[in-house]
Amino acid sequence: MTIYLPIAELSVNVLIILGMGAAVGFLSGMFGVGGGFLITPLLIFYNIPPVVAVATGANQVVASSISGAITHFRRGTIDIKLGTVLLLGGLAGATVGIWIFAALRRIGQLDLVISLAYVLLLGSVGSLMLAESINAMRRAKRNEAMPLRRPGHHGWIHRLPLKVRFKKSKIYLSVIPVAGLGFCIGILTSVMGVGGGFIMVPAMIYLLRIPTNVVVGTSLFQIIFVSAYTVIVQATANYTVDIVLAFVLMIAGVIGAQYGVRVGQKLRGEQLRALLALLVLAVGIRLAVELVLPPADVYSVIASGSGF
Amino acid sequence: MRSFLAGLVAILMLALPAAAQTGAEEFTEKLDIGISTDEIAITSDFRGADLTIFGAIDGFAPDLLAQGKYNIVVALEGPKESATVRKKRRVFGIWVNTQSMTFELVPESYSLSSTRDIDAIAPANEMNNMGIGVSHMTLSPIGYIGDGSSVTEFRNAFRRLRETSGVYQRDPGGVQFISASLFKASVRLPADVPNGVHVVRAYLFRDGVFVAAKALPLRVIKTGLEATITEAAHKHPFFYGLFAVLLAVITGWAASVAFRRD
Repeated sequence: MTIYLPIAELSVNVLIILGMGAAVGFLSGMFGVGGGFLITPLLIFYNIPPVVAVATGANQVVASSISGAITHFRRGTIDIKLGTVLLLGGLAGATVGIWIFAALRRIGQLDLVISLAYVLLLGSVGSLMLAESINAMRRAKRNEAMPLRRPGHHGWIHRLPLKVRFKKSKIYLSVIPVAGLGFCIGILTSVMGVGGGFIMVPAMIYLLRIPTNVVVGTSLFQIIFVSAYTVIVQATANYTVDIVLAFVLMIAGVIGAQYGVRVGQKLRGEQLRALLALLVLAVGIRLAVELVLPPADVYSVIASGSGF
Repeated sequence: MRSFLAGLVAILMLALPAAAQTGAEEFTEKLDIGISTDEIAITSDFRGADLTIFGAIDGFAPDLLAQGKYNIVVALEGPKESATVRKKRRVFGIWVNTQSMTFELVPESYSLSSTRDIDAIAPANEMNNMGIGVSHMTLSPIGYIGDGSSVTEFRNAFRRLRETSGVYQRDPGGVQFISASLFKASVRLPADVPNGVHVVRAYLFRDGVFVAAKALPLRVIKTGLEATITEAAHKHPFFYGLFAVLLAVITGWAASVAFRRD
C-alpha cells in the first residue's frame, strides 16, 4: 500500500511509515521523550530527504509531546513557571538554529553536521545515563539508600544571580542556567528536528537538580511550544513540512505512545533509564559507524532546486 | 514556478531536433509518433507508470526495412534541472563531502527504449552529438572546475548514480515492430518521477545514420489533494505551518482523551 508524499515528492509504503511511527511512539511514551531523535534518522534511512525529515519530525514531536503533557498536566506534574523560562530560551535558540540550518544547507555540509551532532550528543548523553543507572541498580541490589542530593549545595550554577523561586519544583534557582539550557535545546530542535527531551531530562535532573517527578512533564510542556514554533518557521522559510507524512506518523505515534506509557509504568526508574541509555547509545553508535566506515559510494547526487 | 520554467525550456527544446535534421543528405523517410495521453496525473497511490508509444515510418525503402537496417530509439526525458555531484573524502577519520561539481540542465528522469543496444545503432560520436542515451547525454559542468581533470570522473559517477537509483533506465529491446513499418515502444516513469513537462523523443536511424526525429510533450502533474497541499505549502506557508501544528495538537489531544483510563 503506497502513499504519495506531496512535499517529499516520492511514493512510500504507508505500512512502513505507520510501523516507524508506532515503534517510536511506543518508546517515547515509555521513556517520556518526544522521540524526534529516533524518527529523524529513521526517515532519512528510508530515503526521505533530510530537510523534509527534520521539519516533519518536529511536527510529529508536537503531537506526541501534547499527548504526554496532557497526562502530566492531569497529574499535576508540570511546573508551568519553570517551563516558561525554558521556553523563552528555547524560542531564541530555535530562531538561531533555523539560521544555522539554512547556512549549513547552503555550503552542503548539513548532513555531516546533523550526523556529527547526533553522534556527539547521543554518545555522551547515552554513556552518562547508562553509568548513572547501572550505579543506581547496584545500590538498589545492595539495599543502600540513594546518596542524598540536597539542592542548593552545588557549584557555580547555584551561585548565579537572578534567582527565582519555582514553587511546584520546590527549588530556588537562577533563571540564567534554565534559559541557557532552553536556548541550547532550541538550537538542536531546529537543526536536528529533535524535541530535545532525551538531553533536557538528564540535564534538568543532573545539572539543575530539579526533582525528577516534575522534570518529564515540564520538559514535554516546553518541547510542545519550541517544536510547534520550529514547524511554522521551517514551513515558512524552507517549505519542507510534509503534512501527509507527518499525519501518518503522528496517528501511529500517539497510539504507540499510550501503550508505551503503560509498559513504562511497570518498570523501575533506573531500569527505564538504563534501557533509554542503551537505545540512545545504539542510535549514536550506528550513526558513528556510518561516518567512520568507508561509504558504499563516495559520490552522491542531488538536484540543485530541491533538497540540499 | 520551477515547473513552469522547465516546461518553457522543454517546449523550446522540442524545436531543436527539427532544426538539426535539415542536414546535407536528403531523406525520404518520415517518422510519426503518438501517445494515448499527454498528461499523467500523480495520485496518492502513484507507483510509477508504463507508457506505450506508437509510431510509424513513412516513405521507407522496403529492401532496407527487410534487412533490418532501420533502428528506432525512443527516450522519455524528464524536466531539466541542474544537478550537483558530491564526492566524500576521509578527513580526520570521518567521511566528509569535499569536492563537488554541478552539471547544467540535466533531465531529472530518463527512460530509453530502442530496437537494439544504442551503441550498435550508430557510432558513439553521433550519439554524443545528439545526446541520446545515458552514456552520451550532454553533461556540462558549471562554475569553477579546476584544471578539468576530474570532469570525466564526476560525469561517470553521475550516470552510475542515476542508473542505480532507477531514475535513468534503458531497455535495448523495448521498441518492437508490430508490422512492416509500425512500431511500439515502452518507456517507464519511475515512482519518484519529477513533476513538470517531460518530452517523448523518437529518433530514426538508417544503417547507422540519423534520419529523422519527432518529439511530443507529456505533462506530469499532481492532482487532487496532493496538488492542493503543494500549493498551500508554497503559497501560504505560514498558515500551512500553523495548520500542521494544529493537526498535531488535535491528534495528540484526541489520543490522550481516547485512551484516558480514569
